[in-house]
Parts: sequence; C-alpha cells; structure tokens
Amino acid sequence: MSMQRRQFLKKMAVTSVAAAGANAGLISAAHAADTIKVGVLHSLSGTMAISETVLKDVALMTFEEINAKGGVLGKKLEPVVVDPASNWPLFAEKGRQLISQDKVAVTFGCWTSVSRKSVLPVFEELNGLLFYPVQYEGEELSKNVFYTGAAPNQQAIPAVEYLMSKEGGGAKRFILLGTDYVYPRTTNKILRAFLKSKGVADKDIDEKYTPFGHSDYQTIVADIKKFAGGGKTCVISTINGDSNVPFYKELGNQGLKATDVPVVAFSVGEEELRGVDTKPLVGHLAAWNYFMSLKNPANEEFKKKWAAYAKAKKLSSADKPLTNDPMEATYIGINMWKQAVEKAKSTDTDKVIAAMAGQTFKAPSGFVAKMDERNHHLHKPVFIGEVQANGQFRVVWKTPGPVRANPWSPYIPGNDKKKDVPEKA
Amino acid sequence: MRKFLRRFLACALWIAAFNCLAVTPDDLGKLALGESDAKEAALAAIINAGDESAIPLLQALMDDGVQTGPDKKVYIVKDGKGIDAATGKVVDPLPDNLEDVVIANVMRKEIGVAIAALRLTSPDKSVRLAAAKELQGNAEEDALPALAKALAKESDPEVKAMLTLTQASIQLHGKDKATRITAINALAKSNNPNTKTLLLGLLEKKGDQYTEADPQVRAAAQESLNAVQSRLSTGERYAQIFSGISLGSILLLAALGLAITYGLMGVINMAHGELIMVGAYSTYFVQNLFKAHAPGAFDWYLLVAVPVSFMVAAAVGMVLERVVIRWLYGRPLETLLATWGISLMLIQGCRTIFGAQNVAVENPVWMSGGVEIMTDIVLPYSRIVIIGFAFAVLLLVWVMLTRTRLGLFVRAVTQNRSMAACVGVPTKRIDTWCFGLGSGIAGLAGCALSQIGNVGPDLGQNYIVDSFMVVVLGGVGQLAGTVYAAMGLGIANKFLEGMAGAVLAKICILVFIIVFIQKRPQGLFAIKGRFADA
Repeated sequence: MSMQRRQFLKKMAVTSVAAAGANAGLISAAHAADTIKVGVLHSLSGTMAISETVLKDVALMTFEEINAKGGVLGKKLEPVVVDPASNWPLFAEKGRQLISQDKVAVTFGCWTSVSRKSVLPVFEELNGLLFYPVQYEGEELSKNVFYTGAAPNQQAIPAVEYLMSKEGGGAKRFILLGTDYVYPRTTNKILRAFLKSKGVADKDIDEKYTPFGHSDYQTIVADIKKFAGGGKTCVISTINGDSNVPFYKELGNQGLKATDVPVVAFSVGEEELRGVDTKPLVGHLAAWNYFMSLKNPANEEFKKKWAAYAKAKKLSSADKPLTNDPMEATYIGINMWKQAVEKAKSTDTDKVIAAMAGQTFKAPSGFVAKMDERNHHLHKPVFIGEVQANGQFRVVWKTPGPVRANPWSPYIPGNDKKKDVPEKA
Repeated sequence: MRKFLRRFLACALWIAAFNCLAVTPDDLGKLALGESDAKEAALAAIINAGDESAIPLLQALMDDGVQTGPDKKVYIVKDGKGIDAATGKVVDPLPDNLEDVVIANVMRKEIGVAIAALRLTSPDKSVRLAAAKELQGNAEEDALPALAKALAKESDPEVKAMLTLTQASIQLHGKDKATRITAINALAKSNNPNTKTLLLGLLEKKGDQYTEADPQVRAAAQESLNAVQSRLSTGERYAQIFSGISLGSILLLAALGLAITYGLMGVINMAHGELIMVGAYSTYFVQNLFKAHAPGAFDWYLLVAVPVSFMVAAAVGMVLERVVIRWLYGRPLETLLATWGISLMLIQGCRTIFGAQNVAVENPVWMSGGVEIMTDIVLPYSRIVIIGFAFAVLLLVWVMLTRTRLGLFVRAVTQNRSMAACVGVPTKRIDTWCFGLGSGIAGLAGCALSQIGNVGPDLGQNYIVDSFMVVVLGGVGQLAGTVYAAMGLGIANKFLEGMAGAVLAKICILVFIIVFIQKRPQGLFAIKGRFADA
C-alpha cells in the first residue's frame, strides 16, 4: 500500500510539474480527475494464489495496453491492487475499501464462488461494479456483477453430452468428483438432474468429495477403477486448486488411461498442469471457452502480448508463459468495460451497466464475444480439449458458435420461474 | 561425430520402416481423412490383413505424427521430415499448410487394439505378452480371426492363457450355445474387471425379463462371476492395505523429525512443517541444477537431493535453535508463539524467493509408473520407493540414537539434563545437534513429499497437524510409538476413506484421537521409569 501511495505521489508530482510547464490553470485539482481508478481484487497469497495471481497480472497488462493507447475517455487508468489472501471475509472488507475509500469505478476480481458470494452484498449495497472472470455454477444474477466466465450450460453440460456421444466414448456410468464447497456441489446437483433426464440411473452415478488441499488420491483412484468395472465410465472432475496435481499424478502412476476411463475437468487449465508430467495423461479432457492452443490471429496476438509482458515485468512464469480461460475472460471483461464507458461517456455505475448490454469484443478464442442484452453473461463458444504430452490441450469438439448463457439452469427445480434479468434493486 | 552417425542411422531406419506399406490406398485415405466410421472400417481391414508393416503408420497416428495435404495426400511427419504414406518415399521439403489428423480417445483405443493385434505375430515373447494384455478387455469382434490365428501359432503358456481369455470374452456374445458356455467357463480364470462387466451384462434384467434368455448360460455366468468377484475383492483389499501403509510411511516421515524435537527435547516446534517445505524446495533446487547442467544424469538427481535437503533443513534448524529456541527452553507457550512466527516468516520468505505458485518437481523415470500385481491393481513405484525410504530413515535414526555417542548424549540429556552436564556432556551443543537432526529428517520428508504432492510455500501447513497427531498419539519420547501411530492412522484412514469418503474419514480420525487422548493422555506408549524433569 505504501509503495502504491508513494508511486502515486511521485506520478502526481511529475504530472503537476508537466502541467505547470504547460501553463495549465488547474494544477493538482485537475489531476485528480485525470485518472480513472480501477480495482483488482485477487488473492495473491494463500491457497488460491496459484490460480489468481496471473489474473492480477493479466489485468495490469490490459490496463497498461489501454493506457498506451490513450486511456479511457482521455484519462489514464490507475489500478488499485489489494490482496484478500484467499480469506473469504477479507474479500468483503477489501471490496468495501476499494469502493468507498479508493473510489474505484470498477473492480475486476474473485475466483471461488465463495469469495464472490462474500463480496456480493457489498457491491449491491454501495452500487459498485464487479467483473467476475471464472466459470461458475450459475444460480445467481446480480445487477452489479458482470459474469465473463462460463455458466453451466457453457461448460459442464456440453462436456457431459460429449462424453455420452459416440465420439466421446459413449459413457454409461459417471463419477462426479469434486472439492467440497459450493461450486462442485451445485454443479454436480445440476449434472445429476441432467443425467437423470437422459435416463441414467442413480446407481450409475457416484458422487465423491475431497477437502480443499487434499493430496492423497490412492483410494479415490482405486474406487474409480472399481466403479469402472460396471460399465463404460467417465469421471467429471470439479477438483479445484492445487489438489489437481496429486490427483493427476496418481492417475498416471496407477495406469488409469484416458482410453479406459476419461477424466473431464472443469477447473483444470494450462496453468494447473504446469507442475505435472502430462505424458501419462494424454487424452484426458477439459472443457473451457478458450484454450492457449487455439489457432487464430487474435489469440496469437494475445499470447504474444502476454509473453512480452511477463518478460518485461520479470514474472516467475516468464520462461514458460501460459494463457488460460479465466485470463481470457479477464481480458475480455476489461476491454468491454472500456467500450461501455466510452459509449456511456461516464464511469457512473448505472450508466455503464446500461451501456454494457450488447457490447461485443473480438476475443482471443477467435469468436466475437457478446455481452447479453439482458442477463449480464457473455455469449461464448464451448471447446473440449484433450491433454497433450506437452501440457497443452487440443480441441476435439467445439460448438459451431457462441452459446448464450443460462445462469438459471433448467435442471434445478423452480428455476423456470426465475427471470433472466437481474432484479432491480 | 558419433552422435551424428547415430542420429543418421536412426533416421535411416525410421525411413526404411515405411518403405513397404501394407495399407491399401483406399484404407489409407479413410484412415486419415474419413469420419470415425470410415476410420473403424479401415482399421478392421488392417487387422484382417495382419501385416505387421502397418504398425509404423498406426503408431504415427497415435503419436500425432500424421498430416494431410490439401491434395488429400497423407504424410507421416517426424522432426520436420516427412514421408508420403502411400508410396513410402521421403518428401523433402514438406508442402505447406498441412493439417494434423486429429485422433480422439475412442480412435486412440481402436488403434491401440489394431497395433496389439498386429503385434501378436511378433517373434519376441514380451512384445506378444504386452499385446495380449492390451487386447484384453478392449478387443472386439473384428479381432477374432487375428486372435484365432495367433492362438494356433502360440506356444508360450502365459500369452496363450491371456489370448484364450480375450477370445472367450468376445465369443461370449456369439450364436453357438456350446461355444458360449465354454467361453463363460474359461472366463472364470480372469482377473480383469472388464470380465465382471461382461458377465454382469449377461445377468442383467430388463423389467421382468432377463436380457439373456437361456437359463443354462445364466447359471454358468453366475458361477464364473462369483469366482472372478472373490478374486477381485481380495486384490482390492491388498491394494487398500498397501495404500494405508503408503500413507502411514508419509506420516511417519513427517512425524519422525518432530518425534525428536518435540518428543525428546520437548520443543513445540510450529515451524516443523516449514522445515519439510525447505527440504522440498531444496529438492526442487537440485532438480533445476541437474536440468541445467547435467541433463543426462537427470534420473539420478534424487541421490543428490536427499543429502542436500537433509543438510539445508538441518542448517536452517540449527540456526533457529541457536538464535531463537535456545532462549526459550522450558517456556512452551513462548516457544509455540515464536516458532509459529518463524513459520510465517519462512513461508513468506519462500514466496518472495520462489513465487506464490507451486513449483514443478518431476519424478525421475524410474519412479513413474508402477508394478501391476493383478490386472488393474497397480502399486506405483513412487509409493514403494517412499515406503522403503521411510523405513531406511527410521533405521538410521534408531541406529543414531542407540548406537552412537551422539545418541547416547542425546538420551542422557533428555533423561536428566543437569546430571548429564555434571559428567561433562556439552548439553547446549547436544541441543543444537539434536534439533538439527530433527530438522534434517523433516527435510528428508520434504524431499519424499515432493515426489508425490505439491511443492508450494504452504506445503508444511498441510502436514504440521498430522505430524503432531502422530507424535501425541504415539506417546511423547518414543520412536516405536511414532511408528505404530503413523502406520495405524494411515491404514485406518484408508479403510475409513473407502467406506465413508475422504471428508468423513478425516473427521472420524480426529474424533478418535480426541477420545483416545482423553482416556490415555500419555499416548500409546509411555516412557516408564523415573525422570528428573517429569
């Protein structure tokens, strides 16, 4: 914090000298309005640091890029970075600080659903604006939040449909394996209802949970093998955080091959596989709206920018810069916010929310991502990729175009009565 | 020069392998460009032709080494060099804008079966055995003729038995009743879980009707199923015990150092977990050195990492003892707070140096994979090595404490500090050495843990509670107690996990320990005899 303040003071001094030189009348008072403050609310320490640190970096990269092109409404963006330290209540505290003390125009942040739920009341009370960049379980629609990650119908449901199809192996039995918290539990509730609607019996579905940070997957893998004895089986993994590394290592060591029991994961991307030897894992799957391996000009540019930024800032990942889906979602979110502010000609929350509807952006996924006119979610394409020996994913299935998000899953009873627009506060 | 020659030879051999291709142009086109149905048909044709020379093409398909040009020509590409798959001629330079032939899981499985079916005629027994294993449970109807041909020629009993089982599992669904019943009876000898699936399929009911109409076939299936099932469940139980011992060995490694610092010296060291972390990062550091300077010897980096992680952790421990802990002996609460503060400093320091992200520690090749004791029951090498390592460390510690002069001093100081000092034991120095030993063992634990889990700044936090649990349960001041407690907790945890799931198992274990400590505060083993400071 003190670093930032010092930097800010330094910057202020430089600009005011420059302004004085240019004989500007309003010196430092004018400066206060010269920048737009934007908040970044990602855990930089604790369990979630593994995933969230890169999102902070990619956000700063995007701000820099926008500033280099002249900023927003002629003003530079001034990032305010805070560290909620993977501590859910601290998210709410830091979120409040960003809005009421730092007076940020918008906040980009959160990864786990539990952290989003924690800050939600703060953003609604203070009428702030939050961009949430991670796939999640749906069942939420707030006027103050824009969800740039996937809803269940943009990730989980297509992945399971693929596994049930002939090309996917025609799975008959399903193991729903996850970390024990709200996202996996809700997703698995939706998936169970979905599978039932497809005629899968209860005895062919097995739900398993492990605690956060679980690291001994011997029993789980042995159980998977046993369950697979009853018919063509696949595993749908919603394991989150660094537990994934021991899980995949155990899969490889116990020789559970993707040709026998494929594992499709919703929270495993290029970054999570960084520490794993992927040779025994070839053929396991992940479903996302973006993969680093996608070949298109927008992605080439995105990857190049990221590599250059990582190198320039000497990030620890600079020797092997990886991009992933939540990074892409962060990038889209920031750019769309910029466009919306320019359309609204103001950073006022309500005006920006109105201007966000229908915004489009040429995303690194190669498609044009569009913010839905009504439900605050992006229209995104769905890709299913297989793990390659080099730790990248190769797309084996994709939707023909972007899919509209369905935050209220039709597979949860009572959702048919929910409205597809945020309730007006 | 020699390197060049070798590479040249390898290249020449590789090219020679493609010189005569057994695949008809029609099949080749289907295989590379067709939809999945066409691909399957082509594979069936290749299996039927039974020509081994098709293997390189199939292998290339598996390894993503096949590309197609805009003119529908198929190329096998490796290291930037290409071969026209139809003619077997080298193509240089390769045409531009080639497209990969994408193989997904289902195709990968079928190609694997095709390769295995073709390899059944190999003169090498081990190749045939591997092929027969691959076919087991994966082969389908179209492999039958190839199987029959191979069986007729096969002389090795092991391969033959496996092929018979595979054949039986396909014949199961045939038309002729007698063949089917013989097939079912033959399957009783199978150890493959897929067999269970097949037999269960025969016994399935749809509504009130059995899917299998013939009661004789059903009876035979039930009998075979029982035999297979009882063998499978025995295997599963062994696997469970193994994973229990494996977890126990990890607990033992993590707790052994603590058994010395807490058990013998009475220091509540909250930074013990971070000493484990230091050991793991030392391993990471050594690994990187090997990667950068001696990539050829990479497989043996652990031999260096083990002593390095011991020394680094021991050094950190000794510095801690000299600088902080020595001033707090006999004040457990202050020690607890101070060491907790140190643990936070070590975590943050590690984060500053290595970053908040987990770092990748690769297993050497000889530690990946596992030994298959039964079909589908695999004991991973990494686990076996760690079990062995844990007991080796235990043995070393035991020898050190009971057979060396340092050990004698340590025991003397623990039992009666002032008396030991009176007879000339340098108690302060012994304290430092003893703490260093405990810390070094924590470092060894870190080295072992880096092979199976995550290496990150928070690594130690996950093990500190478990370590204290083991030491307290085992009884303070006792190595034997630590061993029994670690193994007991490991095996109990695994059996509970099998029954109740990971979350509940953890809770059950904690409840058990709370109740146990209430009833028996001194732990499993209490030290008997008189102690000066007791």
